[in-house]
Amino acid sequence: MSVHQSGADPHSAIPRGEDGRTLAPFGRRRALVVSTRTVGSYVLLELADRDGPPADPGQFHMLATQQHWGAGEDERPFLPRAFSPMGSSGGHLWFMLEDVGPGTHRLATLKKGEALWVSGPFGRGFHSPETVHVEARSVSGDDPALGDRGGPRPILVAGGIGLPPIIDWSRRLTEQGTEATMLLGFRDAAHAQVAASFATAQLATDDGSAGHHGYVTELLAAELDRDQHAVVYACGPGPMLEAVRRLVSERDVPTELALEAGMACGYGACFGCVVPLKDGGYARVCVDGPVMAAGDLAPVPAH
Amino acid sequence: MPVSFCGLALDHPIVNGSGTFDALAAERAFGRTALHAAFPFSAYVSKTITLVPRPGNPPPRLWETATGLVNSIGLPNKGVEAYLADDVPRYATLPVPLITNVMGATGEELAEVTAAVGDRPEIAAIELNVSCPNVATGLDIGAVPAELEAVLRRVRPVTAKPLIVKLTPNTADVALCAQAAEAAGADAVSLINTLRAVPLQPDGSGARWLGGRQGGLSGPAIRVVALAQVAAVAERVGIPIVGMGGVQHGRHAADLLSVGATLVAVGTESFRDPIAGARIAAELSALAAGA
Ligand SMILES: Cc1cc2nc3c(=O)[nH]c(=O)nc-3n(C[C@H](O)[C@H](O)[C@H](O)COP(=O)(O)OP(=O)(O)OC[C@H]3O[C@@H](n4cnc5c(N)ncnc54)[C@H](O)[C@@H]3O)c2cc1C
Ligand SMILES: Cc1cc2nc3c(=O)[nH]c(=O)nc-3n(C[C@H](O)[C@H](O)[C@H](O)COP(=O)(O)O)c2cc1C
Ligand code: FES
Repeated sequence: MSVHQSGADPHSAIPRGEDGRTLAPFGRRRALVVSTRTVGSYVLLELADRDGPPADPGQFHMLATQQHWGAGEDERPFLPRAFSPMGSSGGHLWFMLEDVGPGTHRLATLKKGEALWVSGPFGRGFHSPETVHVEARSVSGDDPALGDRGGPRPILVAGGIGLPPIIDWSRRLTEQGTEATMLLGFRDAAHAQVAASFATAQLATDDGSAGHHGYVTELLAAELDRDQHAVVYACGPGPMLEAVRRLVSERDVPTELALEAGMACGYGACFGCVVPLKDGGYARVCVDGPVMAAGDLAPVPAH
Repeated sequence: MPVSFCGLALDHPIVNGSGTFDALAAERAFGRTALHAAFPFSAYVSKTITLVPRPGNPPPRLWETATGLVNSIGLPNKGVEAYLADDVPRYATLPVPLITNVMGATGEELAEVTAAVGDRPEIAAIELNVSCPNVATGLDIGAVPAELEAVLRRVRPVTAKPLIVKLTPNTADVALCAQAAEAAGADAVSLINTLRAVPLQPDGSGARWLGGRQGGLSGPAIRVVALAQVAAVAERVGIPIVGMGGVQHGRHAADLLSVGATLVAVGTESFRDPIAGARIAAELSALAAGA
């Protein structure tokens, strides 16, 4: 464990691991609901998490309610659920949820003042465009200069509920003086409503009710046609990430994918959350990811 | 609540179930300093290792039930050689003794892994996972008392270290298996391992959910099964028992101790609360003080 000593970094006092990740306080802690808001098909949840550090964009937390966790469909949920914050600072965490089952349903119906169990931030977040570019190039044996345009252009791609970590990452890049291209895909206009505050983002919907009629990966292909000198970051459902992985591997574009997997623990204890690797074997999404280099992965499973 | 177990002096009776707490991954998530300063268990039981590396089962590996978890992890591990070279020196820096859990498909294989592990001074005791299917019969080698006894007679002489036999609950009479283990020279038994379980796809197709097709049930759903099996074993053997299955609170640990366990292991509850072991040890000690 080391403490980063950069005077300009507002998060400089936060304990970090050997690989630079923000470490989670050991154990779980209580956090209170500060506000909730429904935006189209999603619920935004703000928590007061006084004892937790802000997360690196792409990290995630494990959440469970303190009361009535386990009286839903099939008497589930039993285990905590993984969520990537769309923002974290000053002892507050902001999440965006989609009600897809008993755990997310319980969280989506929380009221102000209710208590949760929180642990995290866990996992490995996004890396700077320069880092991703250099690591991908050293793997492919190719080593062109980064260019005279101030480094590769980040393209951020989100599909549906993959949006939260992408929002957090775009904000961090902006703070660091880099404007990213944002490509957002949703099922329909009701899901796309949450994207209204991203005026410069390009939008796609599956049913054509807002923005481009089609998949967000079509927007990505068009962007890469215009400019190959890019680094791609993507988060979304398995089939979307697999489409991104195929596209960027054909075109040899350095890419990080933020993966999802069913999890029991979130901190490497159960070996339940694996994804297959290109060179065989598996990696645990919760400790080796959730952000992983696309070039290291075998085809991304659908669930 | 200090306790003595197979010659080990432990600070309290709460250890982890094998395969439910990866101390090296926990160092990456929480930091080494924080983990070591508040290590939740009085001894550390590492995940099952085998003679040759195993990748584990394809996903999905998890299924949640009413107050329980079905896992089909498939015992991924780096093999005994890499375990001894890479992991043991790091586990040796933990503030508690190390118990190494091993498995083999035959008596020969189990003896070979046990002998390799038995040479290492950093390892305080060895737990034998006998829930491995016999390739010829399809039954777990630990499920048939005579076969279990034959396997253990092969393994017992290769090490002087304490041997804990982790019994399988998927058998007709677990107490008979415990007696066979005691007869073959086991120093202790541990139980229960997970109960065989087969979840189906939620879409009603009838297809199996788990990549490994079948799995094992753990968590609160199996707590009363653990009480029944530990009580049955305690009536038939004199060696100490590590009881486990669904422990979430000091009360549950106290119940297992009251039916005959000497130590209690916490598994699935650590997934919900990373420091569950320390909390349960404190609750247990408060219960004992109040009694
Ligand atoms: C790193 C990470 C970050 C995430 N970030 C977000 C986020 O920001 N916002 C968000 O809304 N979601 C996020 N998720 C997804 C979220 O964790 C899941 O949607 C949630 O766990 C679903 O729980 P549930 O109880 O609502 O649904 P479940 O019923 O558990 O269903 C979820 C899926 O699991 C499968 N399933 C069904 N029944 C079972 C069962 N009994 N056992 C196991 N699997 C079953 C099905 O494929 C189903 O579609 C993230 C996931 C990860 C891993
Ligand atoms: C995800 C998971 C992985 C496990 N891996 C192992 C293992 O590698 N070796 C072993 O002997 N037991 C393994 N077990 C069994 C546990 O050690 C324990 O016997 C069982 O889970 C019951 O305790 P619990 O209900 O407190 O979890 C595993 C259990 C789970 C849930
Ligand atoms: S969720 Fe348990 S190892 Fe990743």
